[in-house]
Amino acid sequence: MTLTDLKIGEEAIITTINGGHGIHAKLESMGLREGSRVTKKSAVPAGGPVIVQTGNTQIAIGAGMANRIIVKNTD
Amino acid sequence: MKKILLMGNPNVGKSAIFTSLTGINVRTSNYPGTTVSYAAGILTVLRKNSSCASCCKSSCKGCSVGSTEKFEVIDVPGTYRLDPLSEAEKVACQLLPEGDIIINVVDATNLERNLNLTLQLLEMNKPVVVVLNMWDDTVHKGISIDPEKLSKMLGVPVVTTTGITGEGIDKLIEYIMNYPPESVTKREYKNRWAAIGEIINAVQNLEHRRHTFLERLQDISIHPFYGIPIAILVIIAIFRVIIGIGEYLIGLMEQLFERFYTPLIMSLSRVLGGGGVLHQILIGDISGETIDYEAAMGVLTTGVFLEIGIVLPYILIFYIVLGFLEDLGYLPRLAVLFDRFMHRVGLHGFSIIPMMLAMGCNIPGILAVRNIESRRQRFITATLTAITIPCFAQSAIIFSITATYGTGYVVAILGTILSVWLVLGSVLSFFVKGTTDTLIMEVPPYRLPAFKVQLRNLGSRIYGFLTDAFPYVLGGILFVNILTILGVMDFIGKLAAPVITGIFGLPEGAVASFVVGIVRKDAAVALLEPLNISGAQMVVGVTLLIIYFPCMATFVIMLKELGFADTFKSFMIMVIVTLLAGTYIRAFMAVFNDPWIYVIFTVLLSFAVMLVLSRIADRRHRAKYA
Ligand SMILES: Nc1nc2c(ncn2[C@@H]2O[C@H](COP(=O)(O)OP(=O)(O)O)[C@@H](O)[C@H]2O)c(=O)[nH]1
Ligand SMILES: [Mg+2]
Repeated sequence: MTLTDLKIGEEAIITTINGGHGIHAKLESMGLREGSRVTKKSAVPAGGPVIVQTGNTQIAIGAGMANRIIVKNTD
Repeated sequence: MKKILLMGNPNVGKSAIFTSLTGINVRTSNYPGTTVSYAAGILTVLRKNSSCASCCKSSCKGCSVGSTEKFEVIDVPGTYRLDPLSEAEKVACQLLPEGDIIINVVDATNLERNLNLTLQLLEMNKPVVVVLNMWDDTVHKGISIDPEKLSKMLGVPVVTTTGITGEGIDKLIEYIMNYPPESVTKREYKNRWAAIGEIINAVQNLEHRRHTFLERLQDISIHPFYGIPIAILVIIAIFRVIIGIGEYLIGLMEQLFERFYTPLIMSLSRVLGGGGVLHQILIGDISGETIDYEAAMGVLTTGVFLEIGIVLPYILIFYIVLGFLEDLGYLPRLAVLFDRFMHRVGLHGFSIIPMMLAMGCNIPGILAVRNIESRRQRFITATLTAITIPCFAQSAIIFSITATYGTGYVVAILGTILSVWLVLGSVLSFFVKGTTDTLIMEVPPYRLPAFKVQLRNLGSRIYGFLTDAFPYVLGGILFVNILTILGVMDFIGKLAAPVITGIFGLPEGAVASFVVGIVRKDAAVALLEPLNISGAQMVVGVTLLIIYFPCMATFVIMLKELGFADTFKSFMIMVIVTLLAGTYIRAFMAVFNDPWIYVIFTVLLSFAVMLVLSRIADRRHRAKYA
């Protein structure tokens, strides 16, 4: 399941980030890496960004990237 | 002099700490990327007599004798890491080797993420002091951190501060004075995240608590369904409020001018003999008992009134509102909500922020472009901003001068600008090489703006505006008056007539506006007033004054930010867009002389153009990557 498929309000763990070094570094520095716990806060309709929360940080991720972040449910 | 570097992630309060340390006001605002180049200031500390250090009697003589020491403090742009991805981060990394003491400012409400940079800094073998800022916020958020334990685990001093009130700054200064230590132990973290996990477990305790009002507000403003409608309502409301209050203040100003300034000008007029060259330059055309400040065109009448009577009230209310939204943290939310839309013009949501700033003044707008990583997006953002976004000084004069022609014409001008933005944006997106990145951006929490900070920022913006604007506006009008009296303006007017009159259908006198517009847009628009032109001509003139060239100061900043080649391209685009837009408006208005028909048709047409172009671009993109 990707971040796009995750339901709003649900928590998940990131399993894979499909992207190059730059993307990994950028996400990591904001606290998102493989193994991070995220809660989906919102998703702007019609192909807008997904907003996730990790710790106390909220991060907006454009649809193109959200599709490439694979997550699994926590339980 | 020792150099202190303030380093940390974006939006953690570095600038707030900088202001507390140096007394120099730098912009703080609640979104990543406010400080794009660095600011430097001096911190002066008083070293007490060492033999007297433990004494605290106020009567003690020894305490007041001591030596002062100065440190250079640098507010480094925010960075998430030490291998830079953006221009602003590059600045941070280049500064690092020069620092004698690194003050690592950390957002205490986001400790885990912030420690990533902290550990990287510790590996650099420099004396580091860690500042846990936003200490006040940890309480509301149910976070408790043990600073002493953290200090032990990191092996460096840890100070807790609240940047906006200055709490904890004394303690920080104390540490700075006793720094650097004899030696810095070399550290290396093999697995940084594991180390961070260990630290967090040991020092931080989270408590569950109810959502605060601000957090609810946060959720609603990015809500999947309500987010965008709310944003549109907010924007409309803001403009209504700004224009409403602006007009009210202008009314007050007019009365003040009439009461106190008119008698002064009248007596000056008498002293000057009521006519002659000097009278023409300084006072202009006045007759009878009252002065038409917008039409007189003297340096001391129109020049002074434009800035104090019209622009100042509008700028004041605009910056109050913008400053509030900035510090609250609404701008990044706009970036998120309109991300999808911005992709149609080849940008992502972040570009909204430079454009919003540019509505105040184009210069900070163009400077903010530096936070954008891709060259293509930087170019499109800067070009669209410089061409289609009038600064608020210009908007103020536009509102006040075109209002007499009726709402239709004001809307026609705004609609034209919107249309140019849509069409030019999608054309640029179509032709400028490169790809558009996906938005990845931290959305900071809402913070209630501190009144003192707001007031200080407003003050420095207004001061900056007055000192920048006044000399140029008065100088511009003086210059035009002299050229007119010497007949030079007529001559330039004749030269430019094929374009100004031939293509755009404006009177030759409009050339003065275009000359002054190179340096100052508010004065340029005001110079259209005495020409007695029709509504349609006003739409042509005002629109072209917005798009033909940004002001010179903005252009210089573009050169610095984009480089010569891209700025030159941008300039050619300005010329082409000006010719096309001028021809289009004139031709349309010649056939249907109705601003409403014009604006509705034009805006719909440009939306259609944008949709078609972005459809084709999407298809092309898909074909390439299928
Ligand atoms: N509540 C709270 N807000 C702060 C504190 N320090 C700074 N701020 C606010 O946080 C935002 C970011 O601060 P700024 O100095 O611009 O951060 P910078 O990007 O690191 O320079 C601004 O809105 C500040 O007013 C603090 O200690 N507590
Ligand atoms: Mg700053």
